[in-house]
Amino acid sequence: MHAFVTVVGKDKVGIIAAICILLSEKNVNILDISQTILQDYFTMFMLVDASECSTPFAELSECLSALGQKMDLTIRIQREEIFNAMHKI
Amino acid sequence: MINQGEILQTIKMIDQQHLDVRTITMGISLRDCSHSDIKISCDKIYDKICRYAGNLVRTGEQIEAEFGIPIVNKRISVTPIALVAESCDSEDYVPFAKALDRAAREVGVNFLGGFSALVHKGCTKGDERLLRSIPEALAETSFVCSSVNVGTTRAGINMNAVRMMGEIVKKTAYLTRDTGSFGCAKLVIFCNAVEDNPFMAGAFHGIGEPECEINVGVSGPGVVYEALKSVKGQSLDVVAETIKKTAFQITRVGQLVAQEASSRLGVPFGVVDLSLAPTPAIGDSVADILEEMGLSSVGAPGTTAALALLNDAVKKGGVMASSNVGGLSGAFIPVSEDAGMIAAATAGYLTIEKLEAMTCVCSVGLDMIAIPGDTSAETISAIIADEAAIGMVNNKTTAVRLIPVVGKKVGDMVEFGGLFGSAPIMPVNTCDPTEFILRGGRIPAPMHSLKN
Repeated sequence: MHAFVTVVGKDKVGIIAAICILLSEKNVNILDISQTILQDYFTMFMLVDASECSTPFAELSECLSALGQKMDLTIRIQREEIFNAMHKI
Repeated sequence: MINQGEILQTIKMIDQQHLDVRTITMGISLRDCSHSDIKISCDKIYDKICRYAGNLVRTGEQIEAEFGIPIVNKRISVTPIALVAESCDSEDYVPFAKALDRAAREVGVNFLGGFSALVHKGCTKGDERLLRSIPEALAETSFVCSSVNVGTTRAGINMNAVRMMGEIVKKTAYLTRDTGSFGCAKLVIFCNAVEDNPFMAGAFHGIGEPECEINVGVSGPGVVYEALKSVKGQSLDVVAETIKKTAFQITRVGQLVAQEASSRLGVPFGVVDLSLAPTPAIGDSVADILEEMGLSSVGAPGTTAALALLNDAVKKGGVMASSNVGGLSGAFIPVSEDAGMIAAATAGYLTIEKLEAMTCVCSVGLDMIAIPGDTSAETISAIIADEAAIGMVNNKTTAVRLIPVVGKKVGDMVEFGGLFGSAPIMPVNTCDPTEFILRGGRIPAPMHSLKN
């Protein structure tokens, strides 16, 4: 199951590292990463494969969101299909 | 591959523009729950709902978490109870409403619709008993919604039922007077009711529907409003195209959620209802969309035309995005549930007469309108008759959900809270229609040719 992790917030040291560690602990494979910094705001998109994830999806989503709160970022994970549905005919 | 702009656009729609799926509604047939003993029938109803909908709320929450899209309500619609209850010997159908209420509470849904009767040509004994039970049923339950179909384009309008409904609305208002006559917010009187509507309070599982199905209602006035901000000053052709594109995106989300819910629950997918359903939240208003088109307030001359454009463009965009479209499918204009409508009604720019004109071109009718508590039953019946006539002649669904708030007069406000919002008490024309209503009988079905 493919999903997008999106991270938005003030840039600081260790954002990617922290997220990658969490994803690796949950056995989620990262397929693609892109990031930009817009006016000091860090914006990252990660395409991940969560089909072998060791916890239920909702729990993974909560862990990421909690990590986001701790680092003062907004971190989301959403299944790829919602973006395809809205933007592809 | 999806690009970053598209991802951010989706997230912005959900986070800032109130994009959500308004409801996943499971339709359940209760036709096999009839019994001559009311207690056995009620037990069968309770057991069946709990069996079929036991996983509905959990599944909805899982989909919410995985796709990151809020699913605001999980609801149930059932076979019109008049049909199920008719074979029991009891005169009082309130126990059916209580059984539905217990089941709704047990499975954790927000509302359950279907304490209903279809009486467009006449009442059976069961229909009459159900109608008489409505006020008490709504006063003594929390989750049960009721609807009555009093007319169709093919059958005409049952004016005896219209007369009764005026009295029933009044009695419901009185019995729920401690909560701003809130019982009336759970009662809809239809003309041309649809069988697969997922929205409350008018949802029921029609007799042409399968054993069980999933219908989804989308929302998203905020998203349309934001999209229109980007085409300020441009022609109405551009406005229509912009609404179509946005409606397509909104509906695709609904279709995705409907398919997921259907496959996870092992229940067939019914329809996506393409409605723009506002909430009292700022920025989630149909009135805002009309004002963004260039009206200083909803209710201004031009409102009906702007709404006609909006309603049609939503359907055109949505139809392509879903394999099966149904339900009410149109822009809703509930006064108390829309911040822009509340403001316009409070300022006196929006009147019941203008709202009536607006219902000629959109879904669904005079919805969530608070009126003075001393409005007579006959006047309420006459308003119902007017609205039903619009539906009957124009071959569309119309509905009335009026709340004669006991103890309140024009200028007062009533608070319902949550998605139901608050409403100013709107003035009602005080000329007397009593003689017309007391005549009873039927208004014959209209001509379908010689249209002018």
